[in-house]
Amino acid sequence: MSSPSRTARAEAEPSEAAPSPATPFQATPSHATEAGATASRPSTSHPAASAPLLPLVTERLTLAINDKALLRGVNLTIDDPGITVIMGPNGAGKSLMLRVLHGLLLPTTGVVTWAGRPPDDDVRHRQAMVFQRPVLLRRSARANLRFAQDVVGERDDARTDALLDAVRLGDRAESPARKLSGGEQQRLSLARALATRPDVLFLDEATASLDPYSTRIIEEIVRETAGRGTKVIFVTHNLHQAERLADDVVFLSRGKVAEHTAASQFFAQPSSSAANAYVTGRLDED
Amino acid sequence: MWEAFALAFSLVVGLDPDLYEIIGLSLRVSLVALIIASLIGLPLGALVGFSRFPGRGALIVLMNALMGMPPVVVGLLLYLMISRSGPLGALALLYTPTAMILAQTMLILPIVAALTRQVVEDLYQEYDEQFRSLGVSRLQTVWALLVDARYSLVTVLLAGFGRAIAEVGAVIIVGGNINHFTRVMTTAITLETSKGDLALAVALGLVLLSLSLAVNAAAAVVRGAAMRRAYV
Repeated sequence: MSSPSRTARAEAEPSEAAPSPATPFQATPSHATEAGATASRPSTSHPAASAPLLPLVTERLTLAINDKALLRGVNLTIDDPGITVIMGPNGAGKSLMLRVLHGLLLPTTGVVTWAGRPPDDDVRHRQAMVFQRPVLLRRSARANLRFAQDVVGERDDARTDALLDAVRLGDRAESPARKLSGGEQQRLSLARALATRPDVLFLDEATASLDPYSTRIIEEIVRETAGRGTKVIFVTHNLHQAERLADDVVFLSRGKVAEHTAASQFFAQPSSSAANAYVTGRLDED
Repeated sequence: MWEAFALAFSLVVGLDPDLYEIIGLSLRVSLVALIIASLIGLPLGALVGFSRFPGRGALIVLMNALMGMPPVVVGLLLYLMISRSGPLGALALLYTPTAMILAQTMLILPIVAALTRQVVEDLYQEYDEQFRSLGVSRLQTVWALLVDARYSLVTVLLAGFGRAIAEVGAVIIVGGNINHFTRVMTTAITLETSKGDLALAVALGLVLLSLSLAVNAAAAVVRGAAMRRAYV
């Protein structure tokens, strides 16, 4: 493997280091690692990044929309780095909970705190989210990343190129973002989220409608990102994906946390009946 | 009748200086009015398009209503303000090209602002959650929405320009149709027709028509290019 020299070249001439889209993914097991390492530097470049954001704590969190209780008293403490996977059947409130944690929705009652702090602007700016359906600007792929960097005030062209390479879009940098395929658009969304150097990355069913190639790229980069210290909170209803990614699993059922356990334990034997039913494919009875 | 057309044609191809002086002033007045209306109307329309504040609905109704303001009323209002005894009389603007620019700006500012608001509002519905996730500031949002709606906004600006260059009611009141000074295409057509001197009127009418055609053809080309890049 020529990883070190490739990495060095990627630093110097990012566009030439772009991997060919035809490269078989299996043939480059270390590739995502090296591209990811090129793509990201320690997130400590944020002025306030030294202040930790974890533990993330929610207390008696409820959310009602049009008088319908959708989250019904969520108590959750996430204090370990790595990848937390939120699972649960359709309608359990996974996406809503992610939006409340990210600050896109205000809870009806209860609070979210990050290391004891309320979600102020600094906390918000250190988070990014990849949505289920990518929403890209009507500009080139590269301009989409630049926009995100401008929002946080950190224009960095070398990093933009490295991120585009990491999501295998190095050769599509100047293409109109909305002309890309669904998988390419979602990879670009992930690159855009990472362009802001988040300390917390949320993904909401980000690979739900993607082909295996894009799914694998996204999973590898997510794993890489978590490995470098970014907290990842990943919503999925795909058991296999959860098993591949999760360090710990939060299982939501009907707007409540049914259980929150280490992944190894969860997949060996979920303790709650709701999760047990889900994992074994039975209908949830309670 | 055909004589008038023949004469009109010879004026156009013969580069008649009086004719081109009038065309030049028309373009200058309407373009400057469009620029001023855009500088105010684009950001204003974008801001109203994505912001939520009390009275927003009423403001939108007002903006839409002002789009249909009759030019003579605009001319009259401006006349009252800049005539010698008016509040701005000291500026001596009456019967100057500046007054005509002001009149056309007042006329098309609501058009630019109201149509921009509509375009931007539709776009923001799509971007809303993503922008809030990224933490995009209001100023950055205004700019981003205007940039991303650029191809639709070209159509908006052309609509404003078309309205400005074609109107006669406002500029004739505050401009006075003074030869070699404030005479533009529409006021010249009005005067020459009433005098029975049809050649110049027809020549100007042809130019005005061609301009309108050219502007709309340009809009179609721009839009087609945008569609091909999925930017609309």
